[in-house]
Amino acid sequence: MRFMLLFSRQGKLRLQKWYTATAERDKKKMVRELMQIVLARKPKMCSFLEWRDLKIVYKRYASLYFCCAIEEQDNELITLEVIHRFVELLDKYFGSVCELDIIFNFEKAYFILDEFLMGGEIQDTSKKSVLKAIEQADLLQEEDESPRSVLEEMGLA
Amino acid sequence: MPAVSKGDGMRGLAVFISDIRNCKSKEAEIKRINKELANIRSKFKGDKALDGYSKKKYVCKLLFIFLLGHDIDFGHMEAVNLLSSNKPAGGYLFISVLVNSNSELIRLINNAIKNDLSSRNPTFMCLALHCIANVGSREMAEAFASEIPRILVAGDTMDSVKQSAALCLLRLYKTSPDLVLMGEWTSRVVHLLNDQHMGVVTAAISLITCLSQKNPDEFKTCVSLAVSRLSRIVSSASTDLQDYTYYFVPAPWLSCKLLRLLQCYPPPEDGAVKGRLVECLETILNKAQEPPKSKKVQHSNAKNAILFEAISLIIHYDSEPNLLVRACNQLGQFLQHRETNLRYLALESMCTLASSEFSHEAVKTHIETVINALKTERDVSVRQRAADLLYAMCDRSNAKQIVAEMLSYLETADYSIREEMVLKVAILAEKYAVDYSWYVDTILNLIRIAGDYVSEEVWYRVIQIVINRDDVQGYAAKTVFEALQAPACHENMVKVGGYILGEFGNLIAGDPRSSPLVQFNLLHSKFHLCSVPTRALLLSAYIKFINLFPETKATIQEVLRCDSQIRNSDVELQQRAVEYLKLSSIASTDVLATVLEEMPPFPERESSILAKLKKKKGPGTVSVTDLEDSKREGGELNGGGERGPDTAAMASSNASTPSPSADLLGIRSAAPVGAAPASAGSLLVDVFSEAGPAAPSAAVNDDGFLRDLEQPTETCDSLLVEGSGDSE
Repeated sequence: MRFMLLFSRQGKLRLQKWYTATAERDKKKMVRELMQIVLARKPKMCSFLEWRDLKIVYKRYASLYFCCAIEEQDNELITLEVIHRFVELLDKYFGSVCELDIIFNFEKAYFILDEFLMGGEIQDTSKKSVLKAIEQADLLQEEDESPRSVLEEMGLA
Repeated sequence: MPAVSKGDGMRGLAVFISDIRNCKSKEAEIKRINKELANIRSKFKGDKALDGYSKKKYVCKLLFIFLLGHDIDFGHMEAVNLLSSNKPAGGYLFISVLVNSNSELIRLINNAIKNDLSSRNPTFMCLALHCIANVGSREMAEAFASEIPRILVAGDTMDSVKQSAALCLLRLYKTSPDLVLMGEWTSRVVHLLNDQHMGVVTAAISLITCLSQKNPDEFKTCVSLAVSRLSRIVSSASTDLQDYTYYFVPAPWLSCKLLRLLQCYPPPEDGAVKGRLVECLETILNKAQEPPKSKKVQHSNAKNAILFEAISLIIHYDSEPNLLVRACNQLGQFLQHRETNLRYLALESMCTLASSEFSHEAVKTHIETVINALKTERDVSVRQRAADLLYAMCDRSNAKQIVAEMLSYLETADYSIREEMVLKVAILAEKYAVDYSWYVDTILNLIRIAGDYVSEEVWYRVIQIVINRDDVQGYAAKTVFEALQAPACHENMVKVGGYILGEFGNLIAGDPRSSPLVQFNLLHSKFHLCSVPTRALLLSAYIKFINLFPETKATIQEVLRCDSQIRNSDVELQQRAVEYLKLSSIASTDVLATVLEEMPPFPERESSILAKLKKKKGPGTVSVTDLEDSKREGGELNGGGERGPDTAAMASSNASTPSPSADLLGIRSAAPVGAAPASAGSLLVDVFSEAGPAAPSAAVNDDGFLRDLEQPTETCDSLLVEGSGDSE
């Protein structure tokens, strides 16, 4: 996968994850272009389209569009299910997730995405495993404030 | 709302986000942001050391501001500091998103990462690996590329860390392949395919697939492992794989990846392995015919994803006729499916199937369905796929039908795809022309329907063909003459018409309806509507007329003599008018006849149209067989007398063998087509000037796309409710 975008029907970008090094200027341009194209599509149209030298797979969930760019040889249908799996993960974590959750907890959304996809590839497709990893990380963050021991910092413990 | 307790709630962040959302204008938003930036800046500079919670809050705020689209130029140091706290996630996220090339910072970051990698704590290790994968810079590759393979294959590495390590390594390999040396790790990495943990296998496969593309020999042991893994999954009951079963489909992602990996290699040589694989593929094809286990679209998507990937593999092998035909039939079923997605993918897959010799005929049987799709599909992307498939399945037997359909589609096609369609129709018309008058008709139709999108290569080509083939010259002259009668005809038509009448107008001059003067008047009636290059071409046609039809000399000289020509502000036009006028006055009929002799046939060169299509669509579109085919067909191009039984015999065989003889046009499309005959010296200057590049696609409207900030309208609608998304 090259990148994933989440945006609302009003064209507000909620999440952007890029899996290749791209200049900021180019990112902005691509996002604008893609948003225009996807938002212009009607509901009954198919979920795939060709854009530049990539394939775009998108799906709308409530007020959010989930949009992925994949390469020529990648499988479109399985990418649709990648999107669905991601939404399921968000749903499990936030409990009946809605767009507001993603807005106010964007760093968590990124974190969940990172646990699920790395470098554009799926890490683990088991919902349980991914959620477990996130839970563990959350618990760690809940621990007390003190910095790790000096020894730990020096990598000696 | 969140099920997890939010002890580190970061109220400050939530308040800030609310403030931004409530801003009623862009200006208000910028003001609020600047206020916050100033606040954060002062806090970071302040004397009091910030506690971890505050630091994290501010780093997240900066991140939020950046993601809104504003530039951030500070905060990196604080983010790096967070890395050594026990809440490093925010810091890592900041660094991955706001990459900074400050070498001091990089050193600190790499240090933090190194610590985390050796910490033995899986969470920290994973965070570090994620950061490396997200940034993926060369510096990181240099620092860690040797460490990560070790982590990957170490016996005591936790599964979750192994997954991260595999994908991290993949990322580094993609950006800095020279720094990732597999060497001693190769067999251990391949062995990961047998790992107990499906997640590890999933991650490892992505890595192995990429590595085997670059080093197929080193990794070829993965093939048999992949086949046995796939076999186990495909034949498993849906309860076996538990957590990895997705809506009743066993391990769909893993299956797809295994099938992808197998596409990096030719069919397995070992008989047993091959047999098992064929069995697998047949099972997958069989399952597609079974009634679905669930009505949910996720089930069918997952099942079909595997099916399509299996079909891709079958097409890639191109060696099992039975499987190929079955695949083709399956796709044929999908062509008429309710779901648009499946119709789209079926059309896409069939395109590749069409080029295989085993299945080409099977694909052709679906021509009516595809034509119907072209006419009736409401989604333009699906229509485009149908057009692509028609192009791919075209051969002698159906060329006329397909070209006719593509022409009628062109009349209503999207502007963005017209140029490509024009090129394709031109290629097909030339490649499969048995009857060259049909070819001429087709190209002229192209100009009539989509004149703006007919590039130079296309109309140069039709002229070259007419010049090279005696048998079609009369027909061309007549057809072009008729086409020019239309009250509004495209400028490209005038160019073609002008040239052809100039060369072959004599062939129709006998008929009083197309006598020389009538021809001249027809051309001249368009003169003032045309651009400079076209007018230059027409002037050349006029002097040719003087040679062909001496009775028109007076009339034409009159035209050349008038002020608007000999004092024309354009240098080229003026020069031509003056020189042609002079030439017609002082040259004897013999000299004139020699100078304006009929154009000699063009030498054979490679088709520039094919080259242009390839450039437009990117590599891999025009298959090698296409080019070879055109080379072979090109041999028929020259010389009118070769038509008949010979060409028919050549036509019936579809197998393409590269012919040592003719190519088509020169790739050097800059070469002036109307090269001056040697004897004329420099009298006839370059007739066809170079046109500029094709119009760029519609520019994205930069200003104001997101200017007006409407009130926030995001709903609290749950994303995963039935019917809240798009239904199929």
